[in-house]
Amino acid sequence: MTLTLAFLTLLMAGFTGWLVRQSVGVTPWIADSAHAAPIQVPATFTAPRVALVVFLAVVTSVFALTISAYMMRMAASAEWQFLPQPALLWVNSGVLVLASLALQAAWVAAKRQRQLAFGRALGLGAACTIAFLAGQYLLWLQLGDAGYYMSAYIGSAFFVLMSALHGLHLLGGLVALTKVVTRLKQGATLAQTRELVGLCAVYWHYLLFVWIVLFVVLFVGAAPLYAMCRGGAVS
Amino acid sequence: MAHSAYDAVSTAPLAEVEEMELVHPHSFVGKYVWSQDAKVIAIQYAVTATAIGLVALGLSIVMRLQLGFPNTFSLIDPSSYLQAVSMHGMIMVVYLLTALFLGGFGNYLIPLMVGARDMVFPYLNMLSYWVYLAAVLVLVASFFVPGGPTGAGWTLYPPQAVSAGTPGVDGGIILMLVSLGLFIIGFTMGGLNYVVTVLQARTRGMTLMRMPLTVWGIFMATVLALLAFPALFVAALMMLLDRLLGTSFFLPTMLSLGEQSPHAGGSPLLFQHLFWFFGHPEVYIVALPAFGIVSDLIATHARRNIFGYRMMVWAIIAIGALSFVVWAHHMYVSGMHPGFGFLFATTTLIIAVPTAIKVYNWVLTLWRGNIHLTVPMLFAIGFIFTFVNGGLTGLFLGNVTVDVPLSDTYFVVAHFHMVMAVAPIMVIFGAIYHWYPKITGRMFNELGGKVHFWITFVGTYAIYYPMHYLGFQGVPRRYYAYGDTAFISDSVQTLNAFITIAAIVVALAQILFLFNLVWSLRHGEKADPNPWKATTLEWQTPQTPPRHGNWGAKLPVVYRWAYDYGVPGAKDDFIPQNVPPEDVVPADGSGAARA
Repeated sequence: MTLTLAFLTLLMAGFTGWLVRQSVGVTPWIADSAHAAPIQVPATFTAPRVALVVFLAVVTSVFALTISAYMMRMAASAEWQFLPQPALLWVNSGVLVLASLALQAAWVAAKRQRQLAFGRALGLGAACTIAFLAGQYLLWLQLGDAGYYMSAYIGSAFFVLMSALHGLHLLGGLVALTKVVTRLKQGATLAQTRELVGLCAVYWHYLLFVWIVLFVVLFVGAAPLYAMCRGGAVS
Repeated sequence: MAHSAYDAVSTAPLAEVEEMELVHPHSFVGKYVWSQDAKVIAIQYAVTATAIGLVALGLSIVMRLQLGFPNTFSLIDPSSYLQAVSMHGMIMVVYLLTALFLGGFGNYLIPLMVGARDMVFPYLNMLSYWVYLAAVLVLVASFFVPGGPTGAGWTLYPPQAVSAGTPGVDGGIILMLVSLGLFIIGFTMGGLNYVVTVLQARTRGMTLMRMPLTVWGIFMATVLALLAFPALFVAALMMLLDRLLGTSFFLPTMLSLGEQSPHAGGSPLLFQHLFWFFGHPEVYIVALPAFGIVSDLIATHARRNIFGYRMMVWAIIAIGALSFVVWAHHMYVSGMHPGFGFLFATTTLIIAVPTAIKVYNWVLTLWRGNIHLTVPMLFAIGFIFTFVNGGLTGLFLGNVTVDVPLSDTYFVVAHFHMVMAVAPIMVIFGAIYHWYPKITGRMFNELGGKVHFWITFVGTYAIYYPMHYLGFQGVPRRYYAYGDTAFISDSVQTLNAFITIAAIVVALAQILFLFNLVWSLRHGEKADPNPWKATTLEWQTPQTPPRHGNWGAKLPVVYRWAYDYGVPGAKDDFIPQNVPPEDVVPADGSGAARA
């Protein structure tokens, strides 16, 4: 839970700092017209962007809690069977990096009004994402074939749980991408979809970051993490 | 007095709050079923939550009949008793209180109180309700599957929740977990809307520090829910995998009927941590909207500005932040490290400080106020009493040494029903009576409301006060029957029978309440647009009930906070938020009032 609490502390500190600026030295009981001025919200804070940030905070909470649970489960286990690192794992990760880059390219193309480059980048991004999801499924099968059943290997169970949660979030992202395509088909211009593509790109980068963290805690860094969880009260 | 600034404002562009594109359907289905109007969604949430809440009320009567008159009702066996306990708890906490405060009051009041036309994402808002309804239907379905609903207690502790012998282990627990997952997904959709609407869609002049405390309470509760519900989501998912795919997240190796279970190494304590990491903030997810709403009820019906507004806002935020570091006080008897107990007892007692600030401020608002004992005010005062009572026993239970002997007794049942069931429901009743004229355009029957209040208030004390004594006697909770137990005296049975009769009377009084609401829809007196002479924006709408889009051609502009009651020098004892200083009618009829 230390991890989750650290995340929440950071979040609350930011939130409180922002609120202090809104409330210190303010005298709400005094009525005046001056304060009827439009609320100063910076132009970059559009409703969809704020919603994405809030949603990412929720998603962070989901993954922070899952990793906390993983670490607490490690701390409670006298022995831990570590998972192998099949080559497919690295291939999948590479494909997800590619998807993220492609969406970034689509965003840039939308900004620069390049229709063709935009279409290609968007297509590549979607294709890579689907390939990643298929690759993750193959990975589940591979681990199963190698005898790492969820029911017998708790590490395997955590991998399936975390990768499934991660994959579902990517699927949600794909739904948002289809919305971009439908809008374009309905005759929206690139400039009009730019905002939405930008949000998708940020979301993909974020999910790439989450995947890297999961990759580290589940595979590359599992052994040192286990040693840490068993060694101290960290959980 | 800042007249000079007024001209500058009147020339400022109105474009700050973007005009929303609203969907205006013309069919009945589009208007009232697949509606994207936050007010209709609010009523859908409220009706669904009330309906499932009545089921939970019925279940509580089933429990009380067994406890009050054991061996009388052959329909109630130990299994169905445990199922009633479990479903009553889960429904009341999650599907009724959370849904009604956030989905119901949040949807209705946030856009109106901050001066917006609707929620920022109306389509998502509609989806939120339908996912919630699906969650409720899955939950209801669990009553009809073989084996019935889960009987694992509302906390669903493993291993017993998913082990043979527990009622509902076949289908009930699976549907329960699926339903919780759906609820959380639906709530997240709504929650995003509430947060973004408060942050982005406030009208001109509605600074954060001018928002009514109702909005603050609902806003902070939503933030808590968005961050805490994932813990329940993850826990439910892991338990579902344990139950369906044989993983061992929570399940250790067990012997059942002489056979060893296939699970190995799971940690039941891990579930408790996850559950209460959600479970404790959940208390405040319910309490913070109640705190906010009751502040507005008290200010309005005592005709006084709220005492210490800024402190009230900061108390809401402090309680919200602290609520994440007290969860293990639900686990003193779980066998965790005693050092943790000390830590969590300390944080638990610290959270009493901002809470006490709020109680003092409510009382100080009432002090020398022009108190109108209207039905909403009666419920608000009833809330203060009940909340203080329940809060004080919370201080007992927050201490490890006191909690350990009391933890499994009726003292705990009495404590959390006072603080988390009766106190918030008092606010819900008060709020329904308060906003009923705005929502329906009719007044409720006042006498009916008062009778409802007195039966509910006195009746709930008759139910829960004696339970404290049962707790001191050591009567264990969760038991189906006590039989011949040496330390339980005969008078316990008499007291239990008394409690049951009180519970039945209180339950019947709720029928009176629902009848009053339905009857007044047609027969109630036509309501004034602002019957309580309140200052907040929802009472200043051009139509009552407000139409889709809430406001006429122009959004309201806010010049003052929500608590300008009894302003010296003004003719009326209230000045609505959208009245500019130069339009305030002075008491002596000459010159501008100081406002």
